[in-house]
Amino acid sequence: MWKNLLDWIEYRIPMMRVANMHALQYPAPKNMNFWYVFGFLATIVLVNQIVTGIWLTMSYNPSAEGAFASVEYIMRDVEYGWLLRYMHSTGASAFFVVVYLHMMRGMMYGSYQKPRELLWLFGMFIYLALMAEAFMGYLLPWGQMSYWGAQVIISLFGAIPVIGDDITLWIRGDYVISGATLNRFFALHVIALPLVIVVLVFLHIVALHEVGSNNPDGVDVKRPKGSLSDDEKTKFKIHEYYTNKKDILDDIVPFFPHIVLKDLVAFGIFLILCSYVLFFTPEMGGFFLEPPNFEAANPMKTPEHIAPVWYFTPFYAILRAVPDKLLGVIAMFAAIVMLALLPWLDRCKVKSIRYRSTLHKVNLAQFTVCFVLLGYLGVKPATPTYTIMAQVASLLYFAYFGLLWLYSKNEKCKPLPERITK
Amino acid sequence: MSNAPVDNSRRRFLTVATSVVGGVGVAGAAVPFIASWNPSAKAKAAGAPVEVNISKIEPGQMLRVEWRGKPVWIVNRTPEMIAGLAGHEDQLRDAASENEQQPSYAQNRHRSIKPEILVAVGICTHLGCSPQYIPEEFEAKVEGVPDGFFCPCHGSKFDMSGRVFQSVPAPLNLQIPPHYYIDDNTILVGEEQGAA
Amino acid sequence: MKKILITLLALLPALAFGAGSSVPLDHVEVDLRDKASIQRGMALFVNYCLGCHQQKYQRYQRTADDNGISLDVLKENLMFTGEKVGDHITNTMPEDDAPKWFGSTPPDLTLVARVRTPDWIYTYLRSFYVDPLRPFGVNNTVFPNVGMPHVLQSLQGIPTKIAHTAMVDGEEGVQQGEKIVVDGSGKLSPEEYDAAMRDLVNYLVYTAEPTRLESERLGTWVIGFLIIFVFFIYLLKKDYWRDVH
Repeated sequence: MWKNLLDWIEYRIPMMRVANMHALQYPAPKNMNFWYVFGFLATIVLVNQIVTGIWLTMSYNPSAEGAFASVEYIMRDVEYGWLLRYMHSTGASAFFVVVYLHMMRGMMYGSYQKPRELLWLFGMFIYLALMAEAFMGYLLPWGQMSYWGAQVIISLFGAIPVIGDDITLWIRGDYVISGATLNRFFALHVIALPLVIVVLVFLHIVALHEVGSNNPDGVDVKRPKGSLSDDEKTKFKIHEYYTNKKDILDDIVPFFPHIVLKDLVAFGIFLILCSYVLFFTPEMGGFFLEPPNFEAANPMKTPEHIAPVWYFTPFYAILRAVPDKLLGVIAMFAAIVMLALLPWLDRCKVKSIRYRSTLHKVNLAQFTVCFVLLGYLGVKPATPTYTIMAQVASLLYFAYFGLLWLYSKNEKCKPLPERITK
Repeated sequence: MSNAPVDNSRRRFLTVATSVVGGVGVAGAAVPFIASWNPSAKAKAAGAPVEVNISKIEPGQMLRVEWRGKPVWIVNRTPEMIAGLAGHEDQLRDAASENEQQPSYAQNRHRSIKPEILVAVGICTHLGCSPQYIPEEFEAKVEGVPDGFFCPCHGSKFDMSGRVFQSVPAPLNLQIPPHYYIDDNTILVGEEQGAA
Repeated sequence: MKKILITLLALLPALAFGAGSSVPLDHVEVDLRDKASIQRGMALFVNYCLGCHQQKYQRYQRTADDNGISLDVLKENLMFTGEKVGDHITNTMPEDDAPKWFGSTPPDLTLVARVRTPDWIYTYLRSFYVDPLRPFGVNNTVFPNVGMPHVLQSLQGIPTKIAHTAMVDGEEGVQQGEKIVVDGSGKLSPEEYDAAMRDLVNYLVYTAEPTRLESERLGTWVIGFLIIFVFFIYLLKKDYWRDVH
């Protein structure tokens, strides 16, 4: 009976085939370490954001007059509204935590290198869409930081020569940020961008499964068809979509249950960390929810110190480090474009940091330190000392990419193992 | 893959245990989403009990007040109206108010605490329209019954206690909301005595 | 690597930015379980603050229910303007007049503890001093040139700033170990006044986030449950992966 039903469905839509191909019988390298859980965690957070977002929309009022009060209505009057709201606000920051670690993983193990260039690009588009989504979402509570943060970011477009002022006016739909701005941001935040993100995530996964997962050794777990004996091939049941194209070494595990279980362990630990923040310190010391945002937006009064939310601050610090408005904006966007160009800037054939030169290790380490430092400087007021620090860190940030391009062509790497180690 | 034998009973136990714990987790996570659909504190505050002064209602007159967004009728019935209640009980569906459409203290012929004061939710039990109060001209609807309520939507008819007549679409008597007398002239609609 | 991450995460709150005050703030011990303190704080609020400051996001009944105040006590002692218990804690000051009286509209205080921090409010409330140059005759060391009269003067007495306000970097009135003394004309002794201000801060911290205690209670259960979940899923994962290596 059950089987008949499944067959009936399968004949009409490839339900089990897709499930087997993309989840149950997908081959994943068995040496994937904890750095490889953040993609799964990002997916979970995305689901959390969508579901809690839908629920928040049920009680939120997207108008300049009612937005702030409706958030407090959710926090006080709606049963468990506070929990839904904190799940969404903590989730937003958690999203960027896992996405940054996910990107870090890609940089460490060369996951952007051939043949994963498109995979990396889709990832970068997700990151861009996510930043737009977070920025627009941050306006919705209509607090002081929502208002003035949006004011500052939208004004960036004013740096564009000739048409800058017209563009900022067009984005706001008013002479200042107003209900019109709020309403269009609301529409984009709850409908347009989530659709874009979901489609991009779909493409990201399709691209991943086409080329297969990278691993900490950066060596392939597949061999040309017909080159392996049965002893060397994996004993696990792998979907024929993969086995028909290539022979797969005994270095893989199926996605289900092995990888899923591993991801679930990480998921549990991740939830414990998130729950701690959510239930005990949802403001995270002013990083996840900024104190001035508990005051309703007031176009007549700027808060003493405006800082974007922490996940934007590295780029914000780069913006401020450049003394020219237009060049600052260009530098900020260039900082993101550089990341997208990584597959072509890195000309080394060896992927993983495990086998790359000391120079590369040092370079990546300094890049990471500078990124974190820039993030820290971005929340601080721009004192002269901090500005110089930000300028040095910005230079080093860009130097990472320039140096990488220079040394990667003839980089002295350690010999790669034939197969993955352990 | 090693050839070590798999201890299946251990694995089965762990699978079941993990699934059960995971299932509890999913169920628990659903609670806030489901509970958030309950009336909010705002809705509850707006639906709070309503105090009504009844001293100004002349005999035969009706006062409408709003409680939880619904019309509540307060009718000061004349002695003739009260006397007439016994006269047509054979034409009613539920003359003794056996269906739970009223608090127990209103399960009587006049369906009220004081015989002359009727407090009823003015919503037809058929499809939610609000019936009209037709004093003295109800004969046109039901012969021999001078006063009553008539629903314009589908023609349901109720007597002066809000009891439904036979052969109309409405299945039940009008609902009597919980209420009590704070003093002789003041009713609190929406709450039983001693509930607060 | 994991250790570094965890350390970084633990350090984050320590890096937090405060409300940007230049005056050192006195610390106040907030305790949301101290219902008696919150009740006294609410009494202070409705008697001294509510005339000008609203709490338009917080309802009377919720406040009473959460803090063990019966509705009769609430109606008798804490509500003055004939509102219903389900109403928000608001006053009837016409919004247009407020700027004329005070220079600006007195801010809503529902969330003030989350905007300013409890320590800031506690210090602010104890930092008024006589300053004949100001329209209301008082100034405040934490909030210089504040547009608010010292409404608690009948409790505190008349506060004077005795201090050497030294010139530092060409700026006047910089704090140099000065303190505020009262003349003893208030109803409360300095210690009693501090305790009363703690009650008021406690109350404001409660209204800023009425779900704080509920959140921590629920959070403990959730984390406890997750630890059990991780325990089982970890064993199951190990069991499956034992075959692989």
